Formats: sequence, structure tokens, C-alpha cells
Amino acid sequence: MNWEDRLSPTVKAVPPSGIRRFFDIAAEMKGVISLGVGEPDFITPWHIRESCVHGLHKGYTSYTSNYGLLELREEIARTIYNNYQVSYDPRTEALVTVGVSEALDLAIRALLSPGDEVLIPEPCYVSYKACVTLAGGTPVAVPTSMEHEFRVTVEQLEKLVTPRTKVLLIGYPNNPTGAIMPHKELSEIAQFAKKHDLIVISDEIYADLTYQGTHTCFASLPDMRDRTILLNGFSKAYAMTGWRIGYALSNPDFIGAMNKIHQYTMLCAPITAQLGAIEALRHGKEKMENMVAEYNCRRQLMLGGLHQMGLKCFEPKGAFYIFPSIKETGLTSLQFAEELLKAEKVAVVPGDAFGESGEGYIRCSYASSISNLSQALERIEKFIKSRQ
Amino acid sequence: MKELLEQLEKDCTQPLEQLALILKRSKEEVAAQIKELEEKKIIVKYQPIINWEKAGEDRVTAIIDVRITPQREVGFDAIAESIYRFPEVVNLYLMSGAYDLSVMVEGRTLKEVARFVATKLSTIDGVISTTTHFMLKPYKYAGVIINDREEDHRLVVSP
Repeated sequence: MNWEDRLSPTVKAVPPSGIRRFFDIAAEMKGVISLGVGEPDFITPWHIRESCVHGLHKGYTSYTSNYGLLELREEIARTIYNNYQVSYDPRTEALVTVGVSEALDLAIRALLSPGDEVLIPEPCYVSYKACVTLAGGTPVAVPTSMEHEFRVTVEQLEKLVTPRTKVLLIGYPNNPTGAIMPHKELSEIAQFAKKHDLIVISDEIYADLTYQGTHTCFASLPDMRDRTILLNGFSKAYAMTGWRIGYALSNPDFIGAMNKIHQYTMLCAPITAQLGAIEALRHGKEKMENMVAEYNCRRQLMLGGLHQMGLKCFEPKGAFYIFPSIKETGLTSLQFAEELLKAEKVAVVPGDAFGESGEGYIRCSYASSISNLSQALERIEKFIKSRQ
Repeated sequence: MKELLEQLEKDCTQPLEQLALILKRSKEEVAAQIKELEEKKIIVKYQPIINWEKAGEDRVTAIIDVRITPQREVGFDAIAESIYRFPEVVNLYLMSGAYDLSVMVEGRTLKEVARFVATKLSTIDGVISTTTHFMLKPYKYAGVIINDREEDHRLVVSP
């Protein structure tokens, strides 16, 4: 019996994650220094873990409101207002989700009809395109380039927008490139969205990890609050990836529709993670800023190190990734990553895992200790020299 | 300067090249600044943190609360000096509260430490009383957890 025939064609059409295959090779090897990890190397700060343990002692083990604990939604609304001066009603305009991943899926499913097109600047996080395809929509990649610091421009968007385009999905600071969007350029994107009456899903999970200038929240731009579904969470800034906790903010209609899917599929985010998230927002700022300062040191180390060995690389200004070009080695991204792993036991992620325009690059995560990074840089340099 | 000191406090074994990259300065500049900080005694000493128990060495540490009579003109400082000059004394702090000085003494055996307290410390002029607490187990020292059980559980590659 060929069970594969029984699968939904939509699911079959989605290719498996490019990272997965590479993971299988890397996981088998010993002594690997990994720059392939898309999560902080810090463990969640102790006060956050402790608050969760305390919650368990007190018997917090039940469901919560579908929307999430009101206390948490209030803290989220307060934080976003303090940071970006955008106000949301915590009762109707905030939804606590199982990571930003769930929020993204909900937003896309709530908005798309079959055949609707979604503009997605690339390279981008691996699940953007897959989520659109699974929801019956059509992802339309908008390639960005190193020459333009991996920022999306209105000019490119205008070329690809059609009457079927319904959503623009952006993620800045960007995984995998570390690119950010300055206020001026983001304002132009906002005008473009308004002109074409697009809804914007803005994944700002790396917002707190901005090293130069300040992060512009897309919803803070004129007329954008109601047109935007703002996604954020706790994974990166508070080192809480495994807690699976994030949130969406938007107008009551969008949040209500997303909550409808959420209540039938997820019911609510885990209460323990919600308790940790409240503690993170109330008392986690200092620890978070310490981590950001540490990432910034490592960013400079990586940038300097990669430049020194002659790899072309633009300066990433956010997230914890650096995205050097390996085109001059004559290898493809996958070849480079595989050969580097075999020869020098350093794991990086081939750039094409994040879309076609990522070909010719590799993603190096600097969420690793300084000594690991220094060692990895030495090994990469040795690998490049051996090929010259 | 603050950034450099913070880096050194975190890990003073970092090679100059690394410090230069992190601080966005030349190797020579960083080296010169470190030298200056050492000369000015802003950097007092570089010292590793050692888990002696793991190294198989027996050591006895005692924390002694000392009450003293302050002296005219010099206050507590003269007596403090006559205490900290002893090589057995590893830490010495002037304290607020029920006693005046907190003295940490290290020796190879309990007897050795006890002898030091009885014959050296309590006989100093101006020392009124001593209360000795023997340390049973170190958990954390200079901000470092001695036996840290936290490990990196992350997958090798993740999106």
C-alpha cells in the first residue's frame, strides 16, 4: 500500500525544510562547532524560570482564556506602548500564542482565500512560504540582495504586486541576514501597502536585538496600526525558545478571527509559559539588555573575523546572524556548508535554505560563546585557505 | 575603558586579537590601554578560579567575625593592616553591623586555622572578640557557580 498517495496534495507540495537535511548530517558528527543554531545560547534568566516553578507550586496548571491570561496581555500592551507608542486594547486586540510560529500560521489562515498572493521579501525565515502554501495561498518571493543590505524596496515590490496580492509578510530584523529596515525605508513600504490596500504581517521577534539605531515597529507608522498584524514573542530577547510563547496584536476583527482558529486548534498557550512571560516583561529588561550587549560583542568579532579572511559580508545590524557571501569560493551554499562540516567540523546553514536569493551565502549564528566563535573563525579560515 | 575592563573581568585570557575585534580598536591600542590600567593598579591582578576540591586538595576556610576598638587618628585601618599582612588571611572587609571586620582565613587543616585564630588574630592589640565560622562547601565564588549543572541542550542546527 502506498500511503503517500493518500496525503493531501497541498501538504505534498511543500518541500521539507532545507535545514532538516543538513541537521541530519551535522547531528551524527562529534566535535562539531555549530554556528547553525537559530536560538540563544543563553538559558532563560533564572528569575523567569523561578516564577514558572513558583506558579506550579501554587497550582497554576489549568487552561487559560483562549486569548491568554489577561495579566499577560496587559503587560504586552504596556510594553508595546512604552517601546513604540502604539496602543492596543488588551481585551480585544491581543492574542497570546504558542510562539510566533503559531501566530504567523493563524494570521495567514485568517486572511487568505485560495489563490491569494503574499509578497515575501527573501531570504526569509523558513516557515513563511510553507505557511502560505499550506493555507492555499501563493507565496511570491521578493528577492533582496547584499548590495542593498538585504532591505526590500518599493521598486521591487511594485514589480511583483498583482490584483491578487493580499498580504505583505515582512520579518525585520531579519533571519537569516541580520538586516534591519530603517524608519525612512519602512515608511515607504507603509505607503506602498496603503496604496495597494495590502495587509501587513510584521514578524518582529528580533526587534529587541537591534544593534544600530532603534527598531521601528511597523504598526507605529501612520495609518498602519489596523492594517498590520504585529507578531512578537519571548524566544529570542528573553532566551525562551523552548517555552513556545508569542503573541499577535491587531484590530479586533483580525485578532478575533485568529482566536477562532486558535481556540479550535490550540485552545490556549501553556499557562506555565504565560507565567514566565509575565515575569519576563515585568522584570526581565536588565538581563535582556545584558544579553543584547553580549551579542553585540560577538557580532563585532564575527564581522571582523570574516572580513579578515576575505569573505564579503555586509554588517548585520540586528538578530544574531551574519550572512557572508561565499560566491568567490566557486561552491554552492550547500557544497560550502557540507564541505566545511566534513573538513573542519563547523556547522553553518546554507543560505538557499531561506529562499533562492540566499544562494551564494551561508548563515552563521553568533549565538555561541566567544571562544567557540573564535575557534570557528579559525577553522573557516583554514578551510578557505585550503581551497585557494 | 569600561568596555575593556568588562571584557577582561569576563575573561582575562582572551587574546589581544579578539579584544581588538570586539572593541573595534587596534591590537596596539588595546595592549597600551591594558598596560596603563595595570600600571595604575586599576587592574590589580589576574587570577583563575580553582575548584580545589576537584583538584584533590584539602583546604580549610574560615570566616571570622572580629570586633575591634578603633584607634584615634587611624580608626580601623591600623588594626586591619596588622591583620591583612598575615598571608593566611585571604579576604578582609570592614563591615557595618554587629561586628567590625570580616576576615577570611585559609589553611591546610582545621587545627592550623584554629591555631592562627588563637595565637595570632585574637592576640592583636585592639581585638575585642572573634567568632569563627568554618566553611563547609563553596557553591558560588566571584559570581561563578562552582559546579554548574546547566548545559547546552540545543540542537546542532535549527531554523
